[in-house]
Amino acid sequence: MNEVLVRSGGLYTTVQDAGRDGHYAIGMPPSGAMDRYSFTIANLLAGNPGPTAALEATYLGPELEFTDSRTVAVTGADCSVTVSGASAPMWMSLRVGPGDVLGFGPLKAGARPYVAISGGLDVPEYLNSRSTYKLTGIGGFGGRALAEGDRVPLGQAQDPPAEGTTVPEEFLPEFPDVVELRLVVGLCSYRLTENALDSFLDTTWKVTKDADRIGYRLRGGTIDFVEREQPFGAGSDPANVVDLGYPIGSVQIPGGNEPIILLNDAVTGGGYATVGTVVSADRDRVAQTGTGGYVRFNATDVDSAVQARQDRDAWLHKLRTVLTG
Amino acid sequence: MAETTVRLPEARYEFGGDEFVFVELDREMSLQANFKAMAITGALRDRELEGVVDICPSNASYLVRLDPGKLHPTELVEELRRLEHSAGELDGTRVVSTRVVDVPVLFDDPWTRETLLRFRDNHQDPNVTDLEYAARINGFSAVEELIEAIGSAPFIVTMLGFVPGLPFCYQMVPRERQIEVPKYVRPRTDTPERAFGYGGAFAVVYPVRGAGGYQLFGIAPAPVFDGTQSLPDFHDRIAFPRPSDILRYRPIDRAEYDHVRSEVEAGTFRYRIREVEFSPTAFLEDPDSVNRDLLEELYR
Repeated sequence: MNEVLVRSGGLYTTVQDAGRDGHYAIGMPPSGAMDRYSFTIANLLAGNPGPTAALEATYLGPELEFTDSRTVAVTGADCSVTVSGASAPMWMSLRVGPGDVLGFGPLKAGARPYVAISGGLDVPEYLNSRSTYKLTGIGGFGGRALAEGDRVPLGQAQDPPAEGTTVPEEFLPEFPDVVELRLVVGLCSYRLTENALDSFLDTTWKVTKDADRIGYRLRGGTIDFVEREQPFGAGSDPANVVDLGYPIGSVQIPGGNEPIILLNDAVTGGGYATVGTVVSADRDRVAQTGTGGYVRFNATDVDSAVQARQDRDAWLHKLRTVLTG
Repeated sequence: MAETTVRLPEARYEFGGDEFVFVELDREMSLQANFKAMAITGALRDRELEGVVDICPSNASYLVRLDPGKLHPTELVEELRRLEHSAGELDGTRVVSTRVVDVPVLFDDPWTRETLLRFRDNHQDPNVTDLEYAARINGFSAVEELIEAIGSAPFIVTMLGFVPGLPFCYQMVPRERQIEVPKYVRPRTDTPERAFGYGGAFAVVYPVRGAGGYQLFGIAPAPVFDGTQSLPDFHDRIAFPRPSDILRYRPIDRAEYDHVRSEVEAGTFRYRIREVEFSPTAFLEDPDSVNRDLLEELYR
């Protein structure tokens, strides 16, 4: 019976992998795990090759009952984990058997725990990905978040690392009170006055309750747009531009007071001026910042953005070597 | 006509972090800017560059998504600048193979009317319907005249996006005849599936139910998105519209709406489609005559 039983779906738990690339041009975002770093490490610990489908939880993790012997790993947000009632460590290869139940206690820091199971979640692929995209109800488990009673199919387990394999301390993410995000300023940043851009970068922004896989809405300051006669076709609001494509990670400021960071399930385009883009490596940190958390933007250039991504990948490569010997 | 005098500024190249390059061809909407976006993105597609993940032409700009592990964004920008010069100039010999499609729309329908009445507080003018408001601010004496203007000339798909399958459509008429409306003051949290909306200078059909800020004019009986790919027109792609498709929004009555709906539900509906060769320069010189030919071809 190669499946795992969902005893509770937690707050919002979805199947995600590396995402559904190649359909941005029709308006379909890639979805996929938001914290790529924690997702990758969970799979490493479960012995899954590459970006195998795993679970991404939000704040409160699910309760899962196993029906066969598996290796599982929990990474990401700092939370208490139990296996059949006994406390179990995160960032470690855990061995479970039929009837064992993986459970979650309250979150201590971060926002999204990841659960990888050896063999991966064997839900059907949709356009070459198992990632859930809720808006159109595709991918993942029935295109939706997990719910009590679901039976999620599992794949054939490969050769997992030894039980108790642990990620060394230096590889664990930090959860600072104020999360620093590197931002490549640009796109339509010409719409902001010079003071507005400085003030945007100087402000510590608070994450509102509107923070999910689509995007994060922030509050904490007011931003002025350069006055102009709106160009033909743009619409009348000063934050409006002629509808254009939005990069994933881009920041727009509708109304001048609520910046929005667009994320993995976001709309792919629209009519609001974008003023910069969070570098891809730092989307991991956005994913681990929850409602009530704080972020700041630090201006950087494209070379540093590419470097940040290479550094993260090199770091993961190093960890892979440490874990697999 | 006014359109032919549009001079595009220098393109502006911007990095959207490490994974995207955004290129703004103009800040205002024009068919020239869109034809240029289509030409450059078409040429880029033909180059089949390693590391290019998505090529997204948009109204007066375009966006390219890339894998920076395979292609550095600055290298991509160099290539795009070259393409701007080799492919971006509109010349008289360029012909686009595209489709002209009949898209039926029931205007002033009960479903979008119910929705827009529910969100009156989000609107510029809470005392009238979206159609009445749009007719008034565009100088039409009655809603029927506005509907007739929408049906009288086709639209061209200048961008896909927002959500999967949503076509941004720009009417193929000179700027002085363009209909322009603001978006809602505050976006709605609900829009019916297949609603026909208008915002800025763009007409759209909403593929799925959800949030939206465009003025609501009507509803299309046929889908633009089919995730299950059950209708024949969706066997190859989950989204029906393609960039540069020429769509004629044809006003229909309730009886025809119900008939098309029954065909969609039976899985037999097919759009009326004609393959055409479209010359952007010929169009810009004499839009009315090109539109007449396109519609004649469509309904022949």
